[in-house]
Amino acid sequence: MNEIIIYSMITLAGLGIASAVILYFVAQKFKVIEDPRIDIVADNLPGANCGGCGFAGCRNFAEAIVKAESLEGLSCPVGGATVMGNIGQAMGLAVEASEPKIAVVRCNGSKAHAPAKVVFDSASRCSFAHSLFSGESGCPNGCLGLGDCVVSCSFDAIHIDSETGLPVVNDNCVACGACVKACPRSVIELRYKGKKDRRIFVSCINTEKGAIARKNCEVACIGCGKCVKVCPFDAITLANNLAYIDFEKCKLCRKCVAECPTGAIHELNFPARKEPVAASEQTDAAV
Amino acid sequence: MKTFKIGGVHPEENKLSAGKPIEVFPIPQKVFIPLSQSLGAPSKPVVKKGDVVKVGQLVAQGEGFISSNIHSSVSGTVTKIEDYPGAAGYRSPAIFIDVEGDEWDESIDRATDLKRECLLSPEEIVARLKDFGIVGLGGATFPSHVKLMVPAGKKPEYLIINGVECEPYLTSDHRLMLEHGEELMVGISILMKGLGVTKALVGIENNKPDALSHLSKLAASFPGIEIHPLKVKYPQGGEKQLIKALVNREVPSGKLPIEVGCVVNNVGTAFAVYEAVQKNKPLFERVVTVTGKSIPKPANYMVRVGTLVSALLEHSGVNPEEGMKVIGGGPMMGKALTNIDVPVVKGTSGILVMPASASKRMAEVSCIRCSRCTTVCPMGLEPFQLCTESERGFYELAEKDRILDCIECGSCHYTCPSGRHLLDHIRVGKAAVAKMIRARAAK
Repeated sequence: MNEIIIYSMITLAGLGIASAVILYFVAQKFKVIEDPRIDIVADNLPGANCGGCGFAGCRNFAEAIVKAESLEGLSCPVGGATVMGNIGQAMGLAVEASEPKIAVVRCNGSKAHAPAKVVFDSASRCSFAHSLFSGESGCPNGCLGLGDCVVSCSFDAIHIDSETGLPVVNDNCVACGACVKACPRSVIELRYKGKKDRRIFVSCINTEKGAIARKNCEVACIGCGKCVKVCPFDAITLANNLAYIDFEKCKLCRKCVAECPTGAIHELNFPARKEPVAASEQTDAAV
Repeated sequence: MKTFKIGGVHPEENKLSAGKPIEVFPIPQKVFIPLSQSLGAPSKPVVKKGDVVKVGQLVAQGEGFISSNIHSSVSGTVTKIEDYPGAAGYRSPAIFIDVEGDEWDESIDRATDLKRECLLSPEEIVARLKDFGIVGLGGATFPSHVKLMVPAGKKPEYLIINGVECEPYLTSDHRLMLEHGEELMVGISILMKGLGVTKALVGIENNKPDALSHLSKLAASFPGIEIHPLKVKYPQGGEKQLIKALVNREVPSGKLPIEVGCVVNNVGTAFAVYEAVQKNKPLFERVVTVTGKSIPKPANYMVRVGTLVSALLEHSGVNPEEGMKVIGGGPMMGKALTNIDVPVVKGTSGILVMPASASKRMAEVSCIRCSRCTTVCPMGLEPFQLCTESERGFYELAEKDRILDCIECGSCHYTCPSGRHLLDHIRVGKAAVAKMIRARAAK
């Protein structure tokens, strides 16, 4: 009886030792050497895997950081300056200060401003609608309001307002750029968040001639060029009947907002003006 | 009876206007002639504001290899050349002409006698089709002269004539075969000469027995032309399906019919070819079926290009301001118009008006893997798979699954019991895959 127990114990122990030795050599042979810094960087990243940095996921981004010699052009939009600062410290690399950005919806063609002229009960997504027709209001550039951006957002940061039919961005936005890619009409742009969340932008991307744009939407940019003349910083350019404010040059002086005859230029989160200006009352509805 | 082998559906035929002879539609007060009426590059206008034009005068010249000429459909004064929203609401340039009288270009032979003998050489025929703006009238509006220019190394064997008209409701080709059968036969002979083939096969579905017997009688005196009855099945009018049905050959993926020795033309095109070659008449009018459940008197009209759809509807006694759906083309592949003040173009085969009740979509629910879409796909694709791949953005996979072979016939969409938006997704996916391939080629 005892012998059986002893033999089986020896056999099992022998098998275990033999397997351990084999496994050891196999492990040595097929060892994958990974830079330990990848783990350190990846631990610092938010782990949202949103793809906002331009890489397939956080791990992929961490590998790129470890390979890179400087952090130029590499930035995590979700973590922002804090996370990049920590990573820079861990890697011993200098971090360039990047200004935080936010998604901005550049269309104010709400149900009231750009009423529907046809009922097109067949497109359930913006991408379908864009491939089928110009939109219910007739504006070939504006927001279609079917929410491809909402579906694309991993941060619950963009929603369609049922009253205006336009998307609204909230503070959850980390500027990952998913909605910018999802929008078939490029209505959404990433712009500087601005001091105290103050932003000024042209809330229209219609490139048609003024009269035609105005016919479909009463708050369209008509390309009159008044804002270009009034801007003291040369931040506004006019191309294809459309004004565009360069957010890197804009100093948020608000002169253009008052000048715009259709109220297409929006100011956000500014204190009320001392002298009320008629144009500024129409703003804010969409953003 | 012959038909194509895989897939296909059989929607209700509803050929309401089959018994209505072609009426000449009154010349409108004004016409809008879009500059982009064929596949390929838009044409360049050769008239300017204030010019007086005659019927059949060249108003826009095709530029580039795949492009076609456009001729005035009326006589009058050019009032402006300006962007105008088309059927989809996107703006493209059009020539606006105010009509004065009906003065035709002197070179056009307006006599109705039949001219059988074609004296032009094949090269002259190709040049004539190019000059006279002949495009495929089946819907795709591919310039016809390009089809006759066979690439080096390829040898055409058959000219295939599409008299299938598989779209429900439409009857324009049917009426043309009945009323202009002889001209059609001459047109086919001219195309055969231009192409250098000795055999032409005309495919007609057997729901048009009158057209079948009429053309079979005529074909006896035209050597080389055979009339073939086909079993009714949608989308038999797709050129790849028609070739499979008539000569039992399969066009390889991504290739043109010439690869298997065939060239396909529509009966409407053959008639336009007859008029261009024998009567010197450019393509500026066509047969348009105005039909649908909301039309009190469905009819077939000979309409000048540029006539507004609103004029056609008014003539047919329908007021479209009542939530109805107006479709340009047939119910399967046609597209809803966003505006009824759009002109009839060379590719308009029909205008369909449906009541609001018939134009609602089914609510979309989850795919139940019933595989009906796969069964009906005439190209042998797996629409449910392509739909998912396109939805998720897996474009490389979609390319591998031959998404670009989709002919957008809508059979999958039509048959889906879950109301999935299959074709919408596939259409978006096709565009994305084509863009991806272009980007790869540019590298």
